[in-house]
Amino acid sequence: MKRSAPALVLALGFALGLSGCATTGEKNPHDPYEGFNRAMFGVNEVVDNVVTKPLAKAYDKATPLPVKAGVGNFFANVADLFIGVNNGLQGKVGEGASDVGRLLINSTVGILGLFDVASELGLEKHDEDFGQTLARWGVGDGGYVFLPILGPRTARDTLGWAVDASVDPLRRIPRVATRNSVAGLRIVDVRASLLPADKVVDEAALDRYAYIRDGYLQRRKAQIWDGRPPRNEE
Amino acid sequence: MNIKKFLLLGFAMLMSAAALAQEAPDALVKRVTNEVLDIVRADKELQSGNARRAIELVDQKVLPHFNFSHMTALAVGKDWRTATPDQQQRLTAEFKTLLVRTYSNALTSYKNQTIRYKNFKMNPADTDVVVATEIVQPGAQPVRLDYSLEKLDSGWKVYDVVVGGMSLVTNYRDQFGQEVRESGIDGLIKAIAAKNNKPQAGKTDKK
Repeated sequence: MKRSAPALVLALGFALGLSGCATTGEKNPHDPYEGFNRAMFGVNEVVDNVVTKPLAKAYDKATPLPVKAGVGNFFANVADLFIGVNNGLQGKVGEGASDVGRLLINSTVGILGLFDVASELGLEKHDEDFGQTLARWGVGDGGYVFLPILGPRTARDTLGWAVDASVDPLRRIPRVATRNSVAGLRIVDVRASLLPADKVVDEAALDRYAYIRDGYLQRRKAQIWDGRPPRNEE
Repeated sequence: MNIKKFLLLGFAMLMSAAALAQEAPDALVKRVTNEVLDIVRADKELQSGNARRAIELVDQKVLPHFNFSHMTALAVGKDWRTATPDQQQRLTAEFKTLLVRTYSNALTSYKNQTIRYKNFKMNPADTDVVVATEIVQPGAQPVRLDYSLEKLDSGWKVYDVVVGGMSLVTNYRDQFGQEVRESGIDGLIKAIAAKNNKPQAGKTDKK
């Protein structure tokens, strides 16, 4: 199931292209597949309310802070390898080297990544992925796409995610049961970290779908430009 | 002698008033943040989700440092100029309520985060600056929290708040634009008011 994720994404991509053509009326230039996306958003809300959110809440409540921190640090440490690679691919060699340094320090002194010693030593954590690398290489975003479980993305960032996922070291865990548990825990960990944001969106949004879309697109722009996007004041 | 003392005292008071009015933007952000967090840390009821307490706190400590008409103009974008002064006023009032509710709701999620202040540099002549901070929490990525401030006669005022690259203000632009296209400025005012009249999410969603 996990192995076929990129294929699934491609299939969905075709479906998207078709439904995109079918949409009529005035389109939001930032959201060419709005009809499809809203439908998927609805599906995701159901899955989230029934499965993911309750799990994340239970995890958040039952887990003592040091354990939660350890889990978060562990996944963050695994991610540092490809953050480093992506920094390298974007020509940010110094940052890339620092990411690899973080990985080495945290995997050893930080006991398999459970403690983020590198940050305390002043090696700053970066935020990179292959979608951002594609963007820096000049690939357009290909339109906003909302997929169940995966959440908000653009077509470009979905492709980027598929590439990142296909080289994910945690997918090399030989025992299937362990691999699946780790994958599940990662989803729950990410979802739990978003619980406070939920409350803000509930309070702030006139239209949850549009608020999350616009927020994602803004945030993505900031990530691609490392927090210094070219400013547009309309 | 007495008069001299009196004058000196008066002069000292004038000086400190001037100093307060000219509090640097980064110092202002730091002071208000610390004041608010000190209160939140001490208030168990607020931490367990009492939205009314949070709103009172924001009203008292945070609101005086925000420029809401500028915020509303930014959120609405180009349609702002087509609104009448009366519409602008009502729009600002509703948008202010919406932002206060959002902001105070976020405060009730406070657990044990700390704030780190990024290096701040400005020229004495600057009238528009960004004060960058980071919310640090154990085991999670730090979250960037940037305040844009402008210099007015009444001191530095915040006109935009950007969380992790997402502006709490301009994030509304497409949605508001849509609303205005469909039902005009008055329709937009009505839509925000309807949202404001709904019960607080924090109260209904008891975990």
